Amino acid sequence: MQAKTTILNLPTEEFVQPGTRACTGCGLAIAYRIGLKALGKDTILVVPPSCLTVLQGLFPVASTKLPCLNVTFASTAAAASGVLATLRALGKDNVRVAGWAGDGGTSDIGLQALSGAAERGEKFIYFCYDNEGYMNTGVQRSGTTPIGAVTANTPLKGKLQNKKDVPAIMAAHNLSYVAACSAAYPLDLYDKIKKCIDMPGTKYFHIHIPCPPGWGFDPRYGIKIGRLAVETGYYDLYEVVNGEFKLTAASEKLVEKRKLTPVRDYFRAQSRFKTLTEQQISDIQQAIDAKWSGYYKKDEE
Amino acid sequence: MHIIENGNVAAALGVRLCGVNVIAAYPITPQTPVTEKLSEWVEAGEMKAEYIPVESEHSALSVCIAATSAGARSFTATSSNGLLYMHEQVQWASGARLPIVMCVVNRAVGAPWNVWNDQQDSISQRDTGWMQMYASDHQQIIDTVIKAYYLAEKTSIPIMVCYDGYILSHTYMPFEVPDADKVKAFLPPFKPDYALDPNDPANLNTVTLPDVRMDVRGELAHGYMEIRYLLQEELRGALAVAAETEKRFDEIFGRGGDPYIEPYLCDDAEYVAVGLGSVTYQLRVAVDALRAEGIKVGVMGIKFYRPFPDEAIAKALKGRKGVIVYEKALSYGYEGALASDLKSALYDSLAGTGSMPYVQNFVLGIGGRDIKTHDLTETLRAATKGRVAKEPVWIGLKL
Ligand SMILES: Cc1ncc(C[n+]2csc(CCOP(=O)(O)OP(=O)(O)O)c2C)c(N)n1
Ligand code: SF4
Repeated sequence: MQAKTTILNLPTEEFVQPGTRACTGCGLAIAYRIGLKALGKDTILVVPPSCLTVLQGLFPVASTKLPCLNVTFASTAAAASGVLATLRALGKDNVRVAGWAGDGGTSDIGLQALSGAAERGEKFIYFCYDNEGYMNTGVQRSGTTPIGAVTANTPLKGKLQNKKDVPAIMAAHNLSYVAACSAAYPLDLYDKIKKCIDMPGTKYFHIHIPCPPGWGFDPRYGIKIGRLAVETGYYDLYEVVNGEFKLTAASEKLVEKRKLTPVRDYFRAQSRFKTLTEQQISDIQQAIDAKWSGYYKKDEE
Repeated sequence: MHIIENGNVAAALGVRLCGVNVIAAYPITPQTPVTEKLSEWVEAGEMKAEYIPVESEHSALSVCIAATSAGARSFTATSSNGLLYMHEQVQWASGARLPIVMCVVNRAVGAPWNVWNDQQDSISQRDTGWMQMYASDHQQIIDTVIKAYYLAEKTSIPIMVCYDGYILSHTYMPFEVPDADKVKAFLPPFKPDYALDPNDPANLNTVTLPDVRMDVRGELAHGYMEIRYLLQEELRGALAVAAETEKRFDEIFGRGGDPYIEPYLCDDAEYVAVGLGSVTYQLRVAVDALRAEGIKVGVMGIKFYRPFPDEAIAKALKGRKGVIVYEKALSYGYEGALASDLKSALYDSLAGTGSMPYVQNFVLGIGGRDIKTHDLTETLRAATKGRVAKEPVWIGLKL
């Protein structure tokens, strides 16, 4: 088994320059920085419009020290396929390709291209950083905005529908590797990237990204809130290796502990859930408990 | 080597001869056989290229955009709603200055559904910063594909090679397949100024401000407006590159002519019929008939539609009595786009000279409505007697 990376042996080489244009306390800034360390130098990035486009800086300055192709909103996975095709055609077999898109660019407008590329088995890693909304255009709902979250276009009642389960959709493509990660657990992200980097076909990462302005919390609490999402069992860290599901890191430990923090604590820490009623919260708590009793049972088998 | 094949195969052979590295496409009638042929060659190992069977046209052009950004010569083809579905990427490709060549096998656009030929698809993309060339027969299709790569790579501007669906794409005609070695001599390997490379990282197509801005070395870098200005300037400059391309092609293959237009019996013509693509060859039959009656008519096919060779066209039409434009598309709400473009070219260079011809606009063949040579002859005859109407006149309409 691969040894777990710690803050002591994390490579020191940086691919993201200090001073990006991300908001203070942005979870994406953490995940991106650590993710690129895991991908390493010989990587070409493909990025659609999103907060990441802004984080990277404005022409002619760039905050990323990897070659990066900015593409249109719907085309990330197709463009990654195009880069790969060229690398094959020109015989450059030592270069990796990674798409890095938001949840809007993945779960909504980009899903068709992503599904197509995954079905073709294009060998790239696709990162969906999930800040649970269209943050770049001012916090509108996306397919992965959770039920009850207030956004700029679900302003009064919060989103009425459930979060779209994109990792499950991607796992249904029979990928060699699917992972759910969180910016609050960057080393788990790092190790998972390292683990799957040479696996065949498309690899999919879903990364939960606490977003201070979008979710309504003080920037200093980003990690805390990301962790709360995991500790409450609301967002789970896991991987699906060749179809085999397994909780990882903090989520795995929760199974041992068999004790979840009440989800209420997570909701109350952010203003976007302010319209959730006690009834809604208890319904969500019930759904989480049911999901986790499944995990406990599996653990006992 | 001379062969008898259909227009789609002519296009595919051109692509193969150009040593394209990456092909991506999504099927749509009547384009489908071009890319089927290419997939067959790639799979059989007769052509060394990557063929990506994507899930949409938007993705097809996305693949080409990324492939060319990474340093490959790329190709795609489409028709009709496929081209419209690509529209976002069409603009992106020219803005990013990528020398992609795309065949547009012209077909009417929905709604309602119609699979037959007109040119509304490519004409609707005329303002996207791509070059557009129109072929009138199979020899022109294969030759234009080869010229297109040379021209696109010289200028870093993408090109659409347009040819009429069915009329050219599915009919069989004899044509000469250019010699592979000569194509190699004509078209040097693709060496882009910059290609995505971990050893020389750069961020391409970044958010760019309206104004110019200093880079880290203190040098001024373009703002969005400068970048777009240069696209326009270099598109205009591409007319000269097109002339050079035609000359080179003529020298190597022994086939050449005017780079922009294809005149037929125009020297002494008092009235010139103008069009894009195969209709101009059918117009030659009408012209022959009217010539036999002593009416001095000619036809001018326009090979280059964007950049618009306005000066060459105005020069060629100077002093004529009438210019009769036959179009298979409309700028809805006004008139045929070609008619407007011709008028503006004529106005620019002939206003006040007294040698300005009148312009009559005919619209025909929409959605594959049969174009009868008899109608061409009669409308052309009528138009030689003076301008028929200000509004475009639809030929063959049965209301
Ligand atoms: C075709 C198209 N439609 C809409 C937009 C406007 N747009 C830019 S970014 C964005 C939202 C991005 O959301 P997401 O992918 O979740 O990333 P985030 O901004 O949250 O990081 C939208 C709607 C666009 N650029 N292109
Ligand atoms: S809006 Fe949210 S995701 Fe976007 S940069 Fe700011 S903190 Fe990060």
